Formats: sequence, C-alpha cells, structure tokens
Amino acid sequence: MEQRQFKIIAETGIHARPATLLVQSASKYSSDINLEYDGKKVNLKSIMGVMSLGVGQNAEIKISADGDDESAALDDIAATLKKEGLSD
Amino acid sequence: MAELVTVKDLVDNTRLSVAYGEKYLDRLITTSDISRPGLELTGYFNYYPAKRIQLLGITETSFAKGMASDDLYDVMKKMCQPETPAFVISTQLDPPEELLEAAEGEHIPVLCSKLTTSRVLSNMTNYLEAKLAERMSIHGELVDIYGLGVLITGDSGVGKSETALELIKRGHRLIADDRVEVYQQDEQTLIGQAPRILRHLLEIRGIGIIDAMNLFGAGAVRSDTRVDLIVHLSNWSRDTPFDRLGNDNETQRFFDVDVPKIKIPVKIGRNLAVLIEAAAMNFRARSMGYDATKVFDDNLKSLIKENSIRDSKEQSRKKEIESANQRAIHNPADDKDK
Repeated sequence: MEQRQFKIIAETGIHARPATLLVQSASKYSSDINLEYDGKKVNLKSIMGVMSLGVGQNAEIKISADGDDESAALDDIAATLKKEGLSD
Repeated sequence: MAELVTVKDLVDNTRLSVAYGEKYLDRLITTSDISRPGLELTGYFNYYPAKRIQLLGITETSFAKGMASDDLYDVMKKMCQPETPAFVISTQLDPPEELLEAAEGEHIPVLCSKLTTSRVLSNMTNYLEAKLAERMSIHGELVDIYGLGVLITGDSGVGKSETALELIKRGHRLIADDRVEVYQQDEQTLIGQAPRILRHLLEIRGIGIIDAMNLFGAGAVRSDTRVDLIVHLSNWSRDTPFDRLGNDNETQRFFDVDVPKIKIPVKIGRNLAVLIEAAAMNFRARSMGYDATKVFDDNLKSLIKENSIRDSKEQSRKKEIESANQRAIHNPADDKDK
C-alpha cells in the first residue's frame, strides 16, 4: 500500500466538477483507492462518497492506493489534482 | 422524405365538403402554403401562386359578386391552372357560378367549409405542414413515458426493443419500434411516429414480430408524440467517461430542434427500463423546476465553505501554538529574567 498527502489550495475545494475528474482518474485503476479527510475515509471511485466529505480550501487530505497499479494510480491522481489547481 | 397528400386527404382531415369535383379529389397538394387571391380578382396575376390551395372568404366572394360575369369568368379561368390543387370557400358561402364553370374546365375540385376563413386557414396549414414536412428516419424506439416522448437510440443489439417491451409492460406507450419517423412541427417541436406499416409492431429477437396493441391493449400504443428526450444506450467501457452528476446538458439536433440527450452505459444484467423510467421522471422534474443536481451542488458548496473556514482556523491555531512553543524554546532566558 502506498499513500500520499495533499493540501487543497483551490478556493472552491473539491466541488462537483473536480470530484468527477478525480473519480474518473481513480476509476481507471484496479487498485483500491481511498480518500481520507477529517477522520473520514471514502472510496475515491465513488463520486457521491467523495463529494459527501465537502473537502474545502486548506484541507489536508490523504490518498491511499492498494493494488498492482497503486503507484501509477497515485501519480495519475496527483497529476489530476495539480492540473485542476486543487493542490501544488 | 415527405408523404404524398391528395385533396381527398385534406377533405377527410379538415372536415371540408365537396361542392364540385368529387371525381378529381386525387389531385396532389405539394405545398402547405395557402393563397388568398385578392389582387388576382382585379386582374393582377404577377406572382400568382398557382400551385397553392386557393382560399376565398367573405371579402373575395362579395367582391366577385360585384364584378361583371364575363370578367369574373376570365379571372377565374386564369386562376384555374393545371397545378392548382383545389379551391376552398369558407364561412358556408356559395361558390360563385363562374368559379364552378372555370374549375370544371381544369378538373379542379371546389370545397366548402362552415368555419371562418382564419379557422379554415389554420386547420389546413396545420394539417398540411404536418403531412408535408420533411421527414427523417431514425433507428430507435419511441416510447411515451409518463407523458414524455422518449427516443431510445443505441447500437444494434444493445437491447432497445427489449427495453421498449419492458416499458410497455410497465404501463408506458409504444409509438414506434426500430424505425422512427420524425418531422419538425414548429420551431421547438419535433414529432415522431411510426411508418404506417410498422405501427404498433415490435420485433424481438427470438420471438419475432409482436403486435403491442393486440397483446397489451389500446392503452399500450400511441400514434405519435413530441420527442422530448433522447436516451442513448451505449456499451459500457472502463475508458469512456459517463456523466455522473447529470449536468452535461448534451443535445442532438434534428432539423432545427435541439433535443436534450442523455447517455446510459449498458452492462449485461442492468434493468434498462427502470433506468430509462427514472431518467424520464428526473427530466420531467427538472423541466418542472426541480433540479436535484443543482440543489445538491448548492448544498455541497456551502458545506465546502464551512469546512474551509474550519480548517483554516484550525491551522492558524496550530501555527500559533507552534510558534509559541518555539518562542519558549528559543528564549529560555525570558523565563530566567522573570
């Protein structure tokens, strides 16, 4: 299992559109991928789960992946976060 | 391709009576435009639209009454062109004798209506526009779901007909299976119906042709409907992204009408009828003003805002504590001085 921490810098947080994109990135991989925020952990392939956290600006999130393609998955998700201006 | 419309079709569908020319009702009508000859009566025939139906009302017939019989006959003769489909006299008026004579020469029927000129005009225009409108044939199913015309499209073999069958079983109405003919009724309205030969029929692989009206009753079918929504079924694949939140607002254009379209990924074992039913209901709720996606989005935005404020407060508090600690470590002398 591999995990990484991110800090959300976007003012609008992980709202509907970026959540959709994150879920799309995660869904491409077979690894189990989870997002943890504020002590709550959700499946990153579940859009309603991700949005239900209401991740806002300044939030510190932890994304973990477990499976054959875990590193690739995390790289891709990190790239998506960066591309969408969600994290540095 | 448009349908062929004869004068007889017009008579049958707009409740006209035949004053002359019962034998000539097979003349073709090629345009939905209707002419009201006024200036022609005065002898001005430039731009006379001969191929249109000629509609005479009170003004025209009373003007004609005031004309000398020979002059009127000449004018009527000129109006009776080989391509003129028919004359219509409104408001229960008697057609002028001169018109009947002239029409006889060219074998043109003369029709009468009890309605006023503007009523006849709009009835005929509506009927002819629907009949003569350009038609397009679409591969798919057209089903009336809760009063909403839903066009189901998708790759061959994806299960469209089976889905239509299931929808009929659930109480919805079939308009067309496999081939849907659509035409534009007005700026925003697209009407769909089945080609005459396929009306009420469904073709189900392994069973053959079934007649929905015969098997499920008259309540299971409809002759035509507006096309309000397109549901496109496509084979599910890991790589094609699908709209997860329902905010894509995709449309498909037929003639000049943009019809909202949603795409549903299909996997074996999915109950498509239920999905399409829910899609139709959701679309209906949305057009009635309730958009679940938008309500959720607004709620989410306020939750994110609350969380952002809480997180930033927490972080600045942490920083304060840290810096206070650091100060304590860096300046142990302070303590001594006190």
